[in-house]
Amino acid sequence: MAESNGVIAVRGSGRPVGRYGLRFVALGYLLVLLAAPVAMVFYRAFRHGLGPIWSSLTTSEARSAIEVTLIVAVSAVVLNTLFGVGAALLLVRRQFPGRHLLDVLVDIPQAVSPIVVGLALILVYGKFGFFGSWIERNGLKIIFSLPGMVLATAFVSLPLVVRSVAPVLAEIGDEQEQAARTLGASSWQTFRRITFPSIRDALAYGVVLSLARSLGEYGAVTVVSGHVVGKTVTLTLFIDERLQNFDQTAAYSAAVLLAIIAMGSLLISRRLRTRSRSRA
Amino acid sequence: MSISVRNVSKTFAQFKALDNVSVDIPTGSLTALLGPSGSGKSTLLRVIAGLDTADEGTVSIEDRDATHLPPQRRGVGFVFQHYAPFKHMTVYDNIAFGLTVRKASKAETKAKVTELLELVHLEKFQTRYPAQLSGGQRQRMALARALAVEPRVLLLDEPFGALDAQVRKELRTWLRRLHDEMHVTTVIVTHDQEEAMEVADEVVVLQDGRVQQVGAPAEVYEHPANDWVMSFLGPVTHFGDLLVRPHDLDLAHEPSDDALPATVVRVTRLGFQTRVDMESKGAPIYAQLAREATGRLTLEPGAQVHVRHVRGESVPARVGATPIADDVL
Amino acid sequence: MSLPPNNSAVVTPAWWRTRAGQNSRRGTGLGLGLVTLYLSFLVLIPLGAVIWKSQSQGWSEGWRQVTSPQAWAALKLTLTISVGVAAFNLVMGTIIAWVLVRDDFPGKGAIELFIDLPFALPTIVAGVVLLSLYGPRSPVHYNIAFTRTAITVAMLFVTLPFVVRTVQPVLIELDRDMEAAAASLGASPFLIARRIILPNLVPAMLTGTGLAFARAIGEFGSISLLSGNLPFHTEVSAVNIYNQIQSDNTVGAAAQSTVLLVIAFVVLFVLDRLKRWGGRRG
Repeated sequence: MAESNGVIAVRGSGRPVGRYGLRFVALGYLLVLLAAPVAMVFYRAFRHGLGPIWSSLTTSEARSAIEVTLIVAVSAVVLNTLFGVGAALLLVRRQFPGRHLLDVLVDIPQAVSPIVVGLALILVYGKFGFFGSWIERNGLKIIFSLPGMVLATAFVSLPLVVRSVAPVLAEIGDEQEQAARTLGASSWQTFRRITFPSIRDALAYGVVLSLARSLGEYGAVTVVSGHVVGKTVTLTLFIDERLQNFDQTAAYSAAVLLAIIAMGSLLISRRLRTRSRSRA
Repeated sequence: MSISVRNVSKTFAQFKALDNVSVDIPTGSLTALLGPSGSGKSTLLRVIAGLDTADEGTVSIEDRDATHLPPQRRGVGFVFQHYAPFKHMTVYDNIAFGLTVRKASKAETKAKVTELLELVHLEKFQTRYPAQLSGGQRQRMALARALAVEPRVLLLDEPFGALDAQVRKELRTWLRRLHDEMHVTTVIVTHDQEEAMEVADEVVVLQDGRVQQVGAPAEVYEHPANDWVMSFLGPVTHFGDLLVRPHDLDLAHEPSDDALPATVVRVTRLGFQTRVDMESKGAPIYAQLAREATGRLTLEPGAQVHVRHVRGESVPARVGATPIADDVL
Repeated sequence: MSLPPNNSAVVTPAWWRTRAGQNSRRGTGLGLGLVTLYLSFLVLIPLGAVIWKSQSQGWSEGWRQVTSPQAWAALKLTLTISVGVAAFNLVMGTIIAWVLVRDDFPGKGAIELFIDLPFALPTIVAGVVLLSLYGPRSPVHYNIAFTRTAITVAMLFVTLPFVVRTVQPVLIELDRDMEAAAASLGASPFLIARRIILPNLVPAMLTGTGLAFARAIGEFGSISLLSGNLPFHTEVSAVNIYNQIQSDNTVGAAAQSTVLLVIAFVVLFVLDRLKRWGGRRG
């Protein structure tokens, strides 16, 4: 059908004053709150060229921070991807009592403060927590060690993969899968050859979101980490530590690195989302 | 004249939706804008309503130039194909909307809305929401809503397109009766020629953004202006290099001067009619005969017959152009 | 999220009774078991532990912790500013969504993309970002460090995308014919916006606002960097809880956490109900 012109589908309306007014307010706000500060960080970081950035990010502390961040983030993402795909399949393709409850539970992490996440994990997996004695007896260490940080990171990014995959699963419907089954395919074969290819882009999108979130978690990780430099310090904790030691250069360098990763993840996930939509 | 459209053109990106269109809509009439999709009929209607602006040309409503007026000030009522109900308002509030905009008093509004609810038989539904109505009911509500502000002109954009065949037919008849009662100048856009023929006083046939013909339904059917109009409005078949109506043909075993020799390919009995598919000089041709007429003929595949055009008009067929409604059984 | 309807057409009954169907049911059971296990050990048990801990010395002790002067001040401050920020986002977010959907100008694509930056950015980086322009070394000489304004700005930053992203899809899907119909009935553009467009946006606006509020009350990283965490002045609940954890006052920390959790859940629940009530009308 023919598309109408004008701001509100009506010719001669959307008075220019109104339209420009709204645009000015919106853009002005975004400039002051988002664009200008981000630009400032980049300016401050790159002001003296790439040299200082490179050197502050290649110290052994920085490098181990990067390493720890990657280990923790990737572990959390792997866990949440397995959970995410499984939960999405269950929610969309299966009936069971409590289905709606599961749907609601998956979203809980969004409403929990990161500090509370850290506290919650300490209360269960810390030395004096619920499972504390069992953990100690078996020589494990969860809180103040990498596993705890993985748990904290997994908690905060829990819903991301589920919420990317589930809508696509619902949209494409299960007819193809039913067809595959009537042709004799087992559940695993059906998943591998029919379901998975069709959710691949949505899954990638969820994984990218999840990874970006995991790389950047601060509050929850700062509570459960022991802040042991070289062992349990992630990039975000590194920034905090450097700031406290008045090492602005290193802090800004790491901040800019994480900002670039964040922007990159936005670009990639946007590309993946449009691809997944056009495929569906 | 209720509506005068003069030399209106409109292009969307590269697509020319209206090409120098001029049309007069007589006051009090029910006019159909008929054409296939892409013919420009909806665009023309929206230009008349002010929902789209023409690139060139003028629109007058009741002798006043409306070309630059926004829809709010044209005094037109518009009914959409998908009803465009105000989903968040009850049926009553939907119908009352135009009146509340004009700041009518509560009493006035109530009186008018009640009257309209009775007219469209939705009295029992006035506190319902559009989501709780059927398609036909939603469309009746949309009509009542448009009529509430007593528009000078009522414009309907394929109003029954989204409804089942049965509901469509019922609403069609109901619209005609409504128009006979209220005499509001009405313009209805449709791609369904049966609908246009049944409902309208006058038909404007559009194709490719241009007016092909204007006239009463019988007029355009029996005296089509060109081969395209002929084939769009009814069944056609080729008679030599003319286009004729298959039910205007007669078959005989005896040759005559004006007859085309043909070989029978297939005979199909359709209730009270018989369809005879033939081949003449390599080109397909088919006739629709009444059952009695076939009695005196031996019609079997391979039989030789002679086809005559015995009544009605014929129109020269354009070379290479394939008429729309040719043969598909 | 709206799940597919609970009809048995999702699974063909006949197939369900076959061997393959049996295996699939086992698969469902297994999958459900694993998923539940994961959720329990990661989310449910830990959160339960928080609630349990807050009353481990009795509910009254927990309440005393929450109402202790510094904690209470932090809570009041957090809630007050969060409500204000959420309300502001309600308006601003809708305006931004409107401009993104109905307006067009060079650079709109970039804005569209980077609106989500506060989602993707680590909170401490958000703090650094805001600090660089509005901190002690501010080039525009606007220093909000150690002030309550800093809390507001930090919260505004991290909650920026919420209302925009919930309203935007609804605005895109809105039936433009409704607006055209209203116009043909004589409504001015302003009236159309007020009586036709806005009412249809309200559910999405409420959802976004609720999410923004829940996010704001729990924010830590950016606020802690900017506000200086001055007790009774610029200390928010999350910071106070963190301090309680550091000083081993886990009961106090748990009690305050429980309060935050309850508030967040209540707000989201109420909004969900409101949406359902509104959604009934289509």
